[in-house]
Formats: sequence, C-alpha cells, structure tokens
Amino acid sequence: MRYSPAPSAGLARQSSLAPWSAAVILAVVACVLPFVVDDYKIFQFTLVLVYAIALLGLNLITGYCGQISLGHGAFYAIGAYTCALLMGAGMPYWLTLPFCAVVCLGCGLLVAIPALRLEGLYLALATYSLAVVFPQLLKFKAFEAWTGGSHGVVLTKPQAPAGFPLSDDQWLYLFVLAVAVPMAWIARNLLKGHIGRTWIAIREHPTAAATMGIDTAHYKSLCLGISAAYTGIAGALGAIAVQFVAPDSFGVFLSLSFLVGIVVGGMASIAGALVGAVFIQFIPEVTDTLLQSAPWAVYGVVLVFFLHVMPGGVVGAVHRFASFIDQRRHRDQ
Amino acid sequence: MDAFFYQLAAGIASGGVYAIVALALVMIYQSTGHVNFAQGEMAMFSTYIAWWLINEGVAYPIAFVGTVAFAFALGVAVERLAVRPMAQAPVMATVVLFIALLMIFNSVAGWMFTYTIKAFPSPFPATPPFGQTYISAHEFGTIGVTVVVLALLYSFFRFSSLGLAMRAAAQNPVSSRLVGINVGWMLALGWGVASAIGAVAGMMIAPKVYLDPNMMSGILMYAFAAAILGGIDSPLGAVVGGFLVGILENLVGTYIVGTELKLSVALVLIVGVLIVRPAGLFGRPRLVKV
Repeated sequence: MRYSPAPSAGLARQSSLAPWSAAVILAVVACVLPFVVDDYKIFQFTLVLVYAIALLGLNLITGYCGQISLGHGAFYAIGAYTCALLMGAGMPYWLTLPFCAVVCLGCGLLVAIPALRLEGLYLALATYSLAVVFPQLLKFKAFEAWTGGSHGVVLTKPQAPAGFPLSDDQWLYLFVLAVAVPMAWIARNLLKGHIGRTWIAIREHPTAAATMGIDTAHYKSLCLGISAAYTGIAGALGAIAVQFVAPDSFGVFLSLSFLVGIVVGGMASIAGALVGAVFIQFIPEVTDTLLQSAPWAVYGVVLVFFLHVMPGGVVGAVHRFASFIDQRRHRDQ
Repeated sequence: MDAFFYQLAAGIASGGVYAIVALALVMIYQSTGHVNFAQGEMAMFSTYIAWWLINEGVAYPIAFVGTVAFAFALGVAVERLAVRPMAQAPVMATVVLFIALLMIFNSVAGWMFTYTIKAFPSPFPATPPFGQTYISAHEFGTIGVTVVVLALLYSFFRFSSLGLAMRAAAQNPVSSRLVGINVGWMLALGWGVASAIGAVAGMMIAPKVYLDPNMMSGILMYAFAAAILGGIDSPLGAVVGGFLVGILENLVGTYIVGTELKLSVALVLIVGVLIVRPAGLFGRPRLVKV
C-alpha cells in the first residue's frame, strides 16, 4: 500500500498554483451544487460530505498513523445514536455534534487502551469484532428504551431557519458543508503540526519513533480518539440527514465500506476522503440495480485492482500524473 | 442442573468448531504472520459446495470428502494466485487483500446460491446416543470429528516428513530453503490444510446455525477470541482457547448476559485478554529484534 505524499511534501516542486485553483473550483462547485440539482440529488451529496468526514476520521488512524481499523462503522453508529438520543431529549440538532464528538472520543480511547499498546494486528482484530458485535448490542432488549431495539429511532428533520430562502434539503446540505470544511481544515493543520508528523513517524518506523522519545502508545491512542470523534460527528450528521437510525444500517458492511473508501480515494490524503466518499455513495446505487450481492463483489474486485494498479488511490494517481507532466515540462525547457 | 449440562455439552461441541477455525488461523499466522480475515468466508463457500453436492444426490460421506478436497484446492489456489504475489507487501496491503477476498467469496456465494437461509443436513442420527439426553448425536459427532481432525493434524505435523518440512518452512524459511525444502509450496500446502479443516468446521456448524453467506462472521469472531485467548502463535493454545470460548459463550450466554449478547462475550474476552495477558495463555510475548 502506497501512501500519498504528506500535505506539505512535494508541493514545493510543483507549481503552487494548481492545488489552489483546484481548491477554489471545488469550493465554487460545492456552494453552487445545491441550487442546480433536485432535492434527492442534494440529499445524496449531503451524504457524500458525511462520508467524507467519516473517511477523513478513518484516514487519520489508518492512513496517517498506520494502524488498521476495520470497525469505524461502530463509531459512526455511536455518533448517530448519541445524536438521536439527545435530539429525542429535545436538544437542537446542531448542539448535539460536540456531545457526539466527546462521546466518540471517549469510546475511541477506550478501544485504544487494550488494542494499541500492542504492535501488529490487534487493533484490526478488536475493531473487526466491535463491528460484528455492535448491531447486536444496539438490538439488546435492556437498552430498548433508548435505542428502540431493532426498530430504531426516527428523528425530526431540521428545517431551514425562517428568513432564509432555502429548502430543508438545501439548508441541511449547507449545514453539513459548514461542518465539513472546518473539520478538514483542522485535520490539515493537525497533520502539518508536530502531532501529525509524530503519527507519520509512528507509521513509517515505530521502533525509530520510540527511540526518539515518542510515547507511541500515547500518540496512537490520541489518534484513534480523534479519528473516532471525526467518524462520530459524521454518524450524527448522517443520522440527521437520513432521519432514522437502526441497528442493521451499522453492520460490518459499513465498516468495510469505509476501508474501501480510503483505499479508493487514497491512503493518507484529505482530498482522498472526498473521492472515496463519492465512490461509496454512488457505486452501490449503480450496482444494486444489477444484483443484490453486487456491491460486495464490486468492492472486492476494486480493492484488488487498487492494490495492484493504483496503490496510492485516485489521489495518489493524480499526484503521480501531475509530477510526470511537471518533469516533462522541466525537461523540455 | 440439567440445563447446565445441556449448555456445557453444547459449548464443548461448538467449542470444537471454534478450535478448528482458530487452528486454521494460527497455522497461517505462524507461517506468514498474516491473519486471514477471509478464513470464515472460505469455509462458508466450501460448505455451500457440500450442500450443492448433497442436493445433487451425492451420499454424505462422498460429499464430505469431495468438499474437503475442494477446500484444500481452494486454499492452495488462493495462496498461489492472490497471497503470493503480495508476499513482500506491507501489512496494510495484505489486510486489504483479505478483506477483498472476504467480500468476493461472500458475494459469489450469494450470487451462486442466493441469500435464502438453507437447512444443512447432519450426518449423525436424530436420537441422542447411549440412552442419555444431555448431548445430542450431532453435538457428540461434532466433538468426535474435532478430536479426529486434531489427532490427524497432530500426527501429520509430528510424524510425517512433509509435516516436518512444513513446520520447518514456517519456523525458519531461510534455513529450510538451504536444506532443500520448497518453502513456497509448503506455504501453499499450509493454506490448503487450513482451508480444508475450515471446511470441516463449516460442515459441522452449518446444521446448527443454518447455511447462509453470512454464517461464518460470528464463528470467525469466536475463533479470533479463541486464538487470542490461547496465544495467537500457539496451535495448542488455539485448541484450548476454542473449547474455552465455546463453553464460556454458552454458560455466560445462558446464565449471565442472555443469549442475545452471546457475541459480546467474544469481544469482552478479546479485550480482556489484550489488557491482562496480551500473549494469551500459551503464547510467548513477542520480542522484536531491532
């Protein structure tokens, strides 16, 4: 698996205009989008943004810190249920997000304590088990008063504040966008600073990192905590958008879809999270029309393809293409 | 007290199945350091082959042998075609590969045999043996099959020269190559054996949990718990861990948390072992030379 270059690396050599112009175009498209497509499409793009936040969370621990999680669907579910419970208790939807973040941060740290003290695959095993168990826990009778058992909980749809000439779907899309952008910005700054560099050091060479005085267990746990908080906020936003939470939407498939998302988008890449989110939102819809089992088959084949042909994901391939063009231009001059 | 013995017997029977799957995981872990997340789905797929053979009118014993042979070939093929090209790849890539295999086997099974839950026949009589009522014939038979599989594996690895060569290849590939062992093929054979015993486990558990493409996801988790409890690098640990997990799952499920939370027992076990004794009961703490 190849990682995309760190946000700061490699850009100096390329013309510094290209990434900025790409970002501006993306921002314009993101803002104009809800005013040119119909409500159902807006809903789908809202989910794309939600998944992008979730994938960003998974990318922090798996892409940047190099620890494999196969159970981020569980954190997504915890965020969704926390939001549903708080909204059920009368809290406004936007106020639930910080609480979801804190709850998921705590859960992430709780998983980290046993699983990340150790080297190797233990986190993958523990999180896979968490993903398998979680729907069963949500269905458990004793919690039914809160979780609604297998029937789940229905949420009320947030309405556009009075005075804004927006439909509810447009409002929700813009609200999710207004959450996603600062979160991506925070992640970027975090990754450029000493914490991000520490995570990358742990991924590249845990022993060397420890030798340099880095408390690897501490930083890995911190990373899983923040990662879980990101995915939890995504879960809360997802619950608000879908207006419904139920145990069966948070099975192993969701966790593995997130993994597919970061492999397709590109490991250790913020832009990759968005690409991966588009993939996991729209591909199942295309393939579902063909066969019931098709999304899994397509995901499996796509994973093998990316492993062999595009190990850096879509973003990695774009980077390679850009530097290829760049080199040719320099040679020609 | 009767209920206790029922649960104990059921626990030992399913514990045998977990022991076999855990042993398959440990075999592959020992030789390559990989945890095969697709182990359960490979077993599930082989079990479908058995179901198909039996439905076509093949007698159970022949279908059983045919399925084990198919599973062996499947394991060898997966090692040769999918795992081997990635031998030098980082851990992350191999985990992604196993997840891809898991998805592919699951969807191919769903596509070939549909997602409808199917009953799978038991080869054992319907009436409990020896005039007692605590343990059903299928549970008794499952325990018997487990013991036979374990004994065969033990004698194979302990007394045959091929078994010795496979152990050598797992323990020290470089030296094994120097004495003329074909390490690559030994790994492939190891995958074949792991897949074959996984198929046996699948055929033993299918009459109890019914056959569907997702049948093994819970079983695989119990097997993880068994392998971690016993020590992920210890075959003996996997077997002991398997039986312990089976018994604990049933007793804790019946008397403490209720059957709806049985799977959580495995999660609690995994987390508990990782906190208290990460090397497991029989494993050695991992030391890495810098």
